[in-house]
Amino acid sequence: MSDLSAAFHEAWRLVASLDPALLEIVGLSVQVSLSAVAIASLIGLPLGAAIAVGRFPGRQALIVFLNALMGLPPVVVGLVVYLLLSRAGPLGTLGILFTPAAMVIAQAVLVTPIIAALSRQILEDAWHEYEEQLRSLGAARYTAALTLLWDSRYSLVTIVLAGFGRAAAEVGAVMIVGGNIDGVTRVMTTAIALETSKGDLPLALALGLVLITLVILLNAFASSIRALAVHRYG
Amino acid sequence: MLPLALENVSYAVDGKAILDQVTVEIGAGPRTVILGPNGAGKSVLMRICHGLLAPTSGCVRWLGANGSRRQAMVFQRPVMLRRSVLGNAMYGLKLAGLARGERELRARDVLEAVGLERQADQPARQLSGGEQQKLALARAWSLGPEVLFLDEPTANLDPVATREVESIIGQIRASGTKIIMTTHNLGQARRLGDEILFISGGRLLERAPVDGFFVQPATAEAAAFIRGELPWT
Repeated sequence: MSDLSAAFHEAWRLVASLDPALLEIVGLSVQVSLSAVAIASLIGLPLGAAIAVGRFPGRQALIVFLNALMGLPPVVVGLVVYLLLSRAGPLGTLGILFTPAAMVIAQAVLVTPIIAALSRQILEDAWHEYEEQLRSLGAARYTAALTLLWDSRYSLVTIVLAGFGRAAAEVGAVMIVGGNIDGVTRVMTTAIALETSKGDLPLALALGLVLITLVILLNAFASSIRALAVHRYG
Repeated sequence: MLPLALENVSYAVDGKAILDQVTVEIGAGPRTVILGPNGAGKSVLMRICHGLLAPTSGCVRWLGANGSRRQAMVFQRPVMLRRSVLGNAMYGLKLAGLARGERELRARDVLEAVGLERQADQPARQLSGGEQQKLALARAWSLGPEVLFLDEPTANLDPVATREVESIIGQIRASGTKIIMTTHNLGQARRLGDEILFISGGRLLERAPVDGFFVQPATAEAAAFIRGELPWT
């Protein structure tokens, strides 16, 4: 019991003193996950919008597939990206395995279906409401999709933040493709896993505290943006 | 682009007929009111005329020149984009390809014409139902349509807002736009219509000038509709 309270105490000291090792790990985590979510949004939001307003054969199957991909196990994503990027793999010549770039790719693969599937749902609901009006005003599908994206922007922010939460909190994919190399590819989740197995509870706990705080802050941010938007734009 | 000609237009959903062999030619000039009970097929007919729905069979043709885009429609429930009143008024003009400066000038003009100039910077979704419908009218009017379709434009509004909306429809008409509207309200049909297309059960039963229609309906259905509705107008 005293071990635990001592660990908490030490963890708190690390956070409060802005310990450099801690900051480095948190910084890399945020950087990797932000990049991944940026890429995932650039692909996922237009994809979601296209499926929402598009009518084509196989659409329903695509939606089911995309929804299923939301539940991709991170370790499997890690394994596949590892195979693609490893020396013998098709993208091996890039030489980015065990670098932050590989981690960004893995997290982007993980988060893109989440952003695409959830935004598809939101944009399709909006499309039902807007379709006749937009078509009446002469909007082609492409223009309509852009209008829907812009008009749903506050709901979409929530989705993007959820994607960031998922990326920052996942451990399996970045562990495999990043390798958890100290000072290079060590992020919060992989560090927690490692320090816990090494018995260095204070650092693991400190990182855990930061991670949880980050997730809570993100959610608070998301819900206040939504509340503000509903208040302002209805 | 007028006249608008419908030939044997039918519309069915899952084999159930909503419109049945409607043939009519609507010309420029008189305000046309499509009248009939709820579920008669008025809204579907209007959507087919406007091009939002394709008929199951039959054809819709604009017989005049340049029959493509100079038509607009106002719906029973206006859809407000999540932007300012001015932004909503400018949206259609942007789609029509106007330059930014001209968009704003034109949008401010129509907002003034419908009495919303002071709300220009408010979020459109914060407007009352009546104001939203006025904005929808402004948005349609700004496009300078040759034909304006109105689908039960006052069905959700209180009497004051209804009067305002009807007066705006009068202004739009005075600016040279052909008005084609649906209603199930006999008083409104009388106030706003020059000719009546009476439909019931998906069929066009009667076409008559408004005075003749109310004094001496030619079909039993129309007579019953007028009798049944009169106490409520």
